[in-house]
Amino acid sequence: MSEVVKKFMYLNRKAPYGTIYAWESLEVVLIGAAFDQEVSLMFVDDGVYQLVKGQDTTGIGMKNFSPTYRTLGDYEVKTIYVDADSLAARGLTQDDLVAIAYEDMDTEEEIENIVEVVDAARVTELMDEADVVFSF
Amino acid sequence: MSILHTVNKTPFERNSLESCLKYASPGAAVLLIEDGVYAALVGSSAESLVKSGLGKVSVYVLGPDLKARGFREDRLIEGIQVVDYAGFVDLTTEHDKVQAWL
Repeated sequence: MSEVVKKFMYLNRKAPYGTIYAWESLEVVLIGAAFDQEVSLMFVDDGVYQLVKGQDTTGIGMKNFSPTYRTLGDYEVKTIYVDADSLAARGLTQDDLVAIAYEDMDTEEEIENIVEVVDAARVTELMDEADVVFSF
Repeated sequence: MSILHTVNKTPFERNSLESCLKYASPGAAVLLIEDGVYAALVGSSAESLVKSGLGKVSVYVLGPDLKARGFREDRLIEGIQVVDYAGFVDLTTEHDKVQAWL
C-alpha cells in the first residue's frame, strides 16, 4: 500500500450542459475521492459557470447535476478555487455562485464555504503546487 | 432573403457570435441557444459586441437554456427577447432559412 498522498487538481474550463466535460469532471472527482488523495478543484474561463446557483434544467430535459457540487465537501474535497478574472469577464460575482460546506469528520471542524475566489497569480501558484492536473 | 441565425457557443470560448454578427445582414434574426445564451447577460466582456449587434439584427435567447444555466430574465441585456421552444419554431417558420454558427 502506498502512503504517498499526491495533490490532485481538477481544472474545469467548460460551461455545463453544452458539452459533457463538466459532468464528466464531476464524476471523476467523485470516483477519485475513494483514493484518499489531496483534492482541489479549480474553475477558470467558462468553467466558472458550473458553480452558478439556481440552475433549473426542467425545461431542457437534461439532468441537473449542479446540486452535486454542494456535496463535494462530503467527498473530502477541501478546496475549491474560482478565478476572479474569469468571473469578472462574465459579469459575475461570488454571490452568483453556490456555497459549498465542509466538515472534517475527525475534528468536527466546520467550514461554511470552501469556494474561494483567487487572483491569477494564485491560480499559477496552485497549479505549480499540484502533482497532477486533470483537465476538463 | 431573411435568415434566422443560431449561436450555441459562448463568446468567450469561440468567435461564433462575433462572426455571425459580422456577416448577418441587417434585419436578420439571431437566436442564442445552449451555451450561446451566456452572451445575453449584462456585465460581461461580450456585452459591447452584443449591444452593437442589437443595432443591426434582432437578438433572441432561448428561455429554457437560460433557466437551466441559473439565470433569470432580469440579467439580460436590454433589447434581447426571450422565446420558448414554440417561439423557436415560430422564428424558423418566419424566416426563409436557418443558419447555424457552431
